Amino acid sequence: MSVLVYTENWDGKFKKLSFELVSYATGVAKMLNTTVTAVSIGKVDENELIRLGNYGANKIININSDKLAVLDSQAYSSVISEIARKENASVIIISNNNTGKAIAPRLSVRLKAGVGSGVSRLPLNLNPFTVYKRTYSGNAFAHLVIKSDIKILTLAQNSFDLIETPVNATIENMNPSIDGSLLKTVIKDIQKQSGMILLTDADIVVSGGRGMKSADNWGPLVELAKLLGAATACSRPVSDEGWRPHDEHTGQTGKIIAPNLYIAVGISGATQHLAGISSSKYIVAINSDKNAPIFEAAQYGIIGDAMKVLPKLIEAVKELKK
Amino acid sequence: MKILVCISNVPDTTTKIKFAEGNTSVDTTGIQWVINPWDELSLTRALELKDDTTSGIKSVTVIHVGPAASEPTIRKALAIGADDAIRVNAVSSDAWFVAAQIAEVIKKEQFDVIMCGIESSDYNGSIVGGMISEFLGIPSVSAVSGIKFENGQAIIIREIDGGKEVVSVPVPFVAIVQKGIAKEPRIAAMRGIMMARSKPVKLVEPVQVDPLTQIVEFEKPTPRAACKFIDADSPALLLDLLQNEAKVI
Repeated sequence: MSVLVYTENWDGKFKKLSFELVSYATGVAKMLNTTVTAVSIGKVDENELIRLGNYGANKIININSDKLAVLDSQAYSSVISEIARKENASVIIISNNNTGKAIAPRLSVRLKAGVGSGVSRLPLNLNPFTVYKRTYSGNAFAHLVIKSDIKILTLAQNSFDLIETPVNATIENMNPSIDGSLLKTVIKDIQKQSGMILLTDADIVVSGGRGMKSADNWGPLVELAKLLGAATACSRPVSDEGWRPHDEHTGQTGKIIAPNLYIAVGISGATQHLAGISSSKYIVAINSDKNAPIFEAAQYGIIGDAMKVLPKLIEAVKELKK
Repeated sequence: MKILVCISNVPDTTTKIKFAEGNTSVDTTGIQWVINPWDELSLTRALELKDDTTSGIKSVTVIHVGPAASEPTIRKALAIGADDAIRVNAVSSDAWFVAAQIAEVIKKEQFDVIMCGIESSDYNGSIVGGMISEFLGIPSVSAVSGIKFENGQAIIIREIDGGKEVVSVPVPFVAIVQKGIAKEPRIAAMRGIMMARSKPVKLVEPVQVDPLTQIVEFEKPTPRAACKFIDADSPALLLDLLQNEAKVI
């Protein structure tokens, strides 16, 4: 028996979520009194691979195959299900991001394994195997019983703390046989924004809403984000107006994020917006309307016009950094 | 080519969720039911593709797994413009059950493109679309924010962390759709509502499938502490709280 965890890298470095996933997998393995096997697909060097051991991965299966350079959900799930069988995995942990959402359901069918998606805590119970998962876009949480022998859990990003439990990990290089007929996804073009802080990976997010009044007013918000090492985001009306790109839209139908700190500037806090940000650890709201619902979700609030408050806040951050 | 759009029947997204039967189910009293937002966007894009005579898309069918009570949501999809509908006559027990039922229908009735919303706003599972594709052994593309057809080939934009990829896959395939696929959901016009009444809804009885998961209890999210207000002229105080109380900067 083992707990299998699928990790992800970005240009050869593990994403933060990979360490969260391994920390979580280690927690599950402790409950089951078993070991953690991590799978890495991509070009990741040994020094980086071994870092997974800091969070409790006993064994790291390293796959560096040209055939898997493109995310093809059929090929990936075929490879991972093969490893799951070989490692006799009883629980498989994957991120609840776009990649995880592509792989987990296919893996589920291959292994006849029930999926608990968007879990944010360790299993509540082992018998029956019960997980705590987000439902109704964060307005409710469910206790979900998974009845199958193998269980797949997808972990909500930034919902589980990194826990260092160093072990001596062994690295096993693997060259899986890949059925060429499964490789049907052809990449025509990639538009990557490199060098930026990934919104879904960011510890701090500064986000603007309609209260910013126009696309031209974003300068101070971006400056504040830079000073704090934060990613930038926006509410739906802002991306619909074309003031900011769609990939910044956070909310029910946009990105769902859970940073340590979410600073909402000029965002009223409609239910649909809160659905995307309510798992943030701390929310700061800056809004001119003292009755705006965002203040019900926030721990800290400033009542005032965004364009007047932002410059003062920027000055204060600069002062703090001195 | 034929498109199948999978639709889920969900509470309106502004609904205040309440529980019933000792927190084991959701209290459906007074709930307004709607087409799951991502499914509605999928349907809109499917209809746009059908309207475009160069796309090669000839028909748009919707499928729903649910009891007779969800007929109004199916009629709404027909009113928006779907040509016909299929309802698998079963109460959906979990994603595995739903995906297995839909896959079973697709095996009998050929479709070239199957579109599913990336998640439903009730269970937030994000699994049905991927399961359908694996049950059928066909490709799936996840987090799709754009789709068009050129010379019979699907050109798909998918969202990846920090960017986008343009990919192509051969038909048949499952597109798992997210925001961006269509600008605004299409709204039913009066003519569409009239026409929807006479459009065919095919009833299919479910196959025997045992669900793999079951929700046994619901709970509310932990309420947050009341908001602390800081004077707009003393932002340093906010930073002090963030640094020393919340410890997040």
